[in-house]
This record gives sequence, structure tokens and C-alpha cells, in this order.
Amino acid sequence: MQRNDCANAFGAGRLPPMGHALFNHNTVEEVSSVRDTYVKAYRVMLLARILDDKFASLYRMGKIHGGVFLGRGQEALSVSVGLALHKGDVFAPLIRDGAGRLAFGEPILDGVRTYLGSALGPMRARDGNIHRGRPRDGLLVMISHLGAMISVVNGALLAHRLKGITGTVGAACIGDGATSTGAFHEAVNQAAVEKLPLVLIVANNHYAYSTPTERQFACRSLLDKAAGYGIEGLAVDGTDLSACLKVVGDAVSQARAGRGPQLVVAELLRLCGHGEHDDASYIDPALRQSLAGRDCLKVAESYLLDNNWADAQALAAWRNEVVQKVEESVAKVQREPGPDPYKEDWCALASKHLSEGHDRSESR
Amino acid sequence: MSITYLEAIREAQARALADDPRVFIYGQDVGAFGGAFKATKNLAQRFPGRVLDSPISEDAMLGLAVGAAIQGMRPIVEMQFADFSTPAFNQIVNQAATLHWRTRVPCPITVRLPSGGTSGSGPFHSQSMEAIYAHYPGLIVMTPATVEDAYSMLLEAVAIDDPVIFCEHKYLYYHLKAERLPTEAMPTGKARIARTGRDMTLVAYSAMVHEALAVAEELATEGTEIEVVDLRSVKPLDTDTVMASVARTGRLLCVGEAFPWGGVTAEVIARVASEGFGLLDAPPQRLNAKDTPVPYHPSLWAAHRPTAGSIAAAARRLLRL
Repeated sequence: MQRNDCANAFGAGRLPPMGHALFNHNTVEEVSSVRDTYVKAYRVMLLARILDDKFASLYRMGKIHGGVFLGRGQEALSVSVGLALHKGDVFAPLIRDGAGRLAFGEPILDGVRTYLGSALGPMRARDGNIHRGRPRDGLLVMISHLGAMISVVNGALLAHRLKGITGTVGAACIGDGATSTGAFHEAVNQAAVEKLPLVLIVANNHYAYSTPTERQFACRSLLDKAAGYGIEGLAVDGTDLSACLKVVGDAVSQARAGRGPQLVVAELLRLCGHGEHDDASYIDPALRQSLAGRDCLKVAESYLLDNNWADAQALAAWRNEVVQKVEESVAKVQREPGPDPYKEDWCALASKHLSEGHDRSESR
Repeated sequence: MSITYLEAIREAQARALADDPRVFIYGQDVGAFGGAFKATKNLAQRFPGRVLDSPISEDAMLGLAVGAAIQGMRPIVEMQFADFSTPAFNQIVNQAATLHWRTRVPCPITVRLPSGGTSGSGPFHSQSMEAIYAHYPGLIVMTPATVEDAYSMLLEAVAIDDPVIFCEHKYLYYHLKAERLPTEAMPTGKARIARTGRDMTLVAYSAMVHEALAVAEELATEGTEIEVVDLRSVKPLDTDTVMASVARTGRLLCVGEAFPWGGVTAEVIARVASEGFGLLDAPPQRLNAKDTPVPYHPSLWAAHRPTAGSIAAAARRLLRL
């Protein structure tokens, strides 16, 4: 997998590590670096949004088996995670991290192939939708049980330590709902005990499926949990790309510098249903009108225009470019074969010689 | 010199640590303390930084092992008791067991489960979990019954590229001794004929192999020759060896210490009945623990699980059918 290949496709160069002076920039070079990062992040967000829109459209056309889960409204936070990570780092995205995946270097085709059930995808149609990744490249494949990936990231980081690999971090993304799981508690505590460079990103989008946060937890703020585990915590406005780049970048830098696990809690709202089957009618209209209900993509566009980092013409050109890229990818994958049950080995083990069952049933 | 089942487990871990830098041990109290049963005694001192105490977090222990395995390590996780693997169930059956099938990345982890009943241990320190894990695709489940197998199969478990649930029987820890560690081993997935006989096949695994052998000894004095098959691993299950034995004897009794509903004994009987019906001279029989939690008091415990006495009675019944 090419790191940052989609971002590189836009001509942007390799990012410097995040957490540098994004706001207290004084020199021309620093301003330019901040602008480049922001533009790059915006363009990945745009790609993720257009790709999500395409998945939603294909779902409504009946072209996708199973669920479709979008990151609408969470792209600013997600892209900031993906961009802050380097080659060798570990990333466990959640269902709304299309932007983070692309920023981390997941090819567009991986998502399209997994959603459309192409046999050529990384999951070979054995698993679908957001259950995809490339573990050998640090992109872990989530299981559906919330909070379960955090300790897997811990394990990868402990392995780095045992192998003498230094300077790497691992990021795990979860939502407000996963903070209620035992797996969350065990894994955060484990990371704290081992002082692992874990960056835990909590997208507090105020609803776990339909359950509002007041039925999910009773603490004043999820950030308060950090003190209980003895780790550092940072809050961020998840609708503000500048803030996300800065805060997530800082958290990743701090973890990389050996300051132990970092908890980032972002306030935002999912601007869609839990999945495309869900009309999200339960979302409080007042929350939609609040700061958390802003569309981070529109906020970023305004920011680009206000700072004269892009004009309307450039925004339109970038959008057209992304639409074309997405359409090309979908058209390509739609011509690819689906899985063939007769070519499946129906073997769950890596040690094929120890697999039982399929040979016996074949011989009957 | 003699070596116990428990010492064999410790020596296998020591050898795995010595031979393979990818191996590390993770579990509760396994470090300086050496483990609740001393299965890792002195290993933390001999292999600094590679025998790590975990918090009481079975879910996270297994999750960590999976993450480390993805990075090329070969973790051994010690569950303090098999019973306590239930909080890790999700990570075992959904994370570890599905990883290779989904991603083509192997998940070489070994999960040691101190299993089975000992007198006075009660409902939560006595369970046999092999059937639960064998039910899930993507796992290998070993149930060694001998000192030699405890040693060689644990080494094999570490070497295998898949998650292995290693059910080591606590009752055998101190009782069972061998003269020396083995220098060669049977392949994984191959059952062992522990005693030959022509009148009946008695299939067992783990501690029940020894009860079965005692029954065979007892019935031999009555002129009945029982063939005892030690399954060694319940997944893969060596149906061929069982079937070949039943072909010789015509009678099958399968014994397990686990609860009676479903499970290993039911699986063995289902396979023999469906694939070898014509080999049978009598209906195949099974004997398990009773369908209650494992009781605390020694007299209740002894009546709850199969023993040489209850197995002998079942064997005599079967011989009359």
C-alpha cells in the first residue's frame, strides 16, 4: 500500500509530522506549510465525502449488499488522524473513518471493492463494507464489537517495543458508545499500565445508533475518563479542521515523544443515519443547529475562501477531479468478478493441513 | 529424574522463549510470581522483559496478543483458569479466530487454559471449555493427556500459524509424571491408541484418558479388552483413528469431563454414527459430567464428573447391548 497515495495524487508533498506550530506561525514558510496541510486535508475530506455519497447512491440503487456506513460530518477529525500517522504506525479506524483511511493511504479501490463485493478487494468479498484493511501495512480490520480494536492496537505497539522499534504510534478511533464497553476500559487501562504510545480518538457524535449520550454515560465529559486512567486528554471541536489538525497532531506527537496514551475527545454530530438504512429522525433538532451540528466540510471551505487559500473556481475544480476519480473507480470495480463459491477453499486456518471438515464433506 | 505435567508445560515455554525471539508470555501473575500454578516459575528472571504481568483484563489480554501476532510475534497467553477465558471470548472467537480467514494474516497465538476439575474448586475454577472453542472455525483446540504431549504439543502450539486453545488439565499438573521429556512427537491432529483392545473402543481426552485406562485395566481382569483412544486434540478431531478402532471393536463409548449438552463426545458419536453406522454392533454411548455447574464439595464433585467407576459401569452396560 502506498502511503498517502491519494493525497500525493493531488500533488501535495510528504507531510511534516503533525504537532508543529500550526497556529503560532510567524514565518512565510510556516504559513505555507499550514496552508498546504490544510488544503491537502480538505481535499482528502472532499474525496471521502464524494465517495460516501457514491456509496449511498449505490445502496439506494440496490447495488450494495449489506449496510452502508458514512462518515458525513466526521471527516475533519478523521482526516486529521490519518494525516498525523506515518509509515510504520498502526491505525484502527471505525465505521466513519473513510477520510482517515484515505489519508493513511488506503487506496480508493479498497473501499469500492469491499462495498461492491469484488473478489479483487483486500477482503476478497469474505467481509464487506467498512470491515476492510491491510494489517501488514498497519491498517487494522475492525470487528463489529465496539472497543475491541483498542487492545489490538496495544498489542501491535507492545510488539514494536519488544522488537526494538521506536518512534511509532497507534491510533484507535471509537465513538461515544464504545466508551461504555468493558473492552474500552480494559484496553485503555492496559495501554496506561504499559505506557504505550496509543492515541485514542473518541468521536462524540452524541448518539450511539439512536441512543443519546445521557443514556450512555453519566460523567460530565468523556475527557474526565483520562484522569481516571492516568493518561492525558485533549478536547477538540470536531467540526473545525484547523482545530482537529492541531489537537490530533499534538496528541500523536505527544504519544510519539513517549508521554504515554493520549485521549482525544471530539464534539461533533453525524450528519446521516447510523447506516443508510436509518433516517436519524431521533436526532435533536437543536443539536443540528448547534456548533456540533456544523458540516465540517462547509466550515473548511469557508476557511479556505476566507483565507484566500482557494477560490470558488479551485474548489469546483477539486470537486470535479474527485468526482471523476470516484466514478472511474466505481466503473472499474463494477466490471470486476464477484467471489466464486466453488473456488473458495472454505478453510479458516492458515495451517491448511490441520483443517478438518471441508475435505470430509467434499468426499461424501 | 522425573518430570511432572506442569513442569513439562514450564519447560516447553522455556524452550519456546529460548528458541524463538518472537515468543513472549502475557498473563496475570505470570512474571516474578511465576503464575498461579507456577507454570512460569523463574521464566521472568531467565527471559527478562518477555514474561509480562497483565492487568486482570482477559479481553485486553487476548486483544493485545492478536495485535502482537499481526506484528509477527508469537504470544503465549496464560488464563489463570480456563473459566476466566469467558471475558476474553469475544477476542478469541471473533478477533483471533477470524483474522486469517478475513485478511490472510496469520494469528499465531497460544492461549493456555488451566482446565478441568480438582476437588474443592467449585463452579468457577473447574470448567472444561474445549467444546465451546472447538465450535468456532479458525481455532485449534489441544487437550494433552500425557506429560510428553503437554510438552511437545505446547511447543507445536507456539509454532502453528493459527490460534491454539491449549487445554491443560489441572488435575494432571502434579499427579502425572514421566521419566524424561520427549525427543519426538506425534503430529498434531493425530489421535493415539493408548491401549489396544478388541471388544470396545473407549474414546477420551485430557484427564479422562487416565480414568479410561484404569477402566480398561479393571475390565481386563474380567476378560474384556478395551481399546482406549486418546484424541490429543479435539480440533482437529482424528475421526479416522476413531473409525478404524470402532471397525475393530464394533462398540463405542466416548467420555468427556465437560458438560453433557453437545460437545466433543456428541461430535465423536455423530461422526461415527453418520459415517460408520455399519461398523457398530451396538448403539454408541457417551458419558459426560452432569448438567449442573461443577459442585464445590469433594463428594458432590466426585459424583458430578465421570470417574473410573461410572465409566466402568457405562462400559459394562455397553458390552451387554
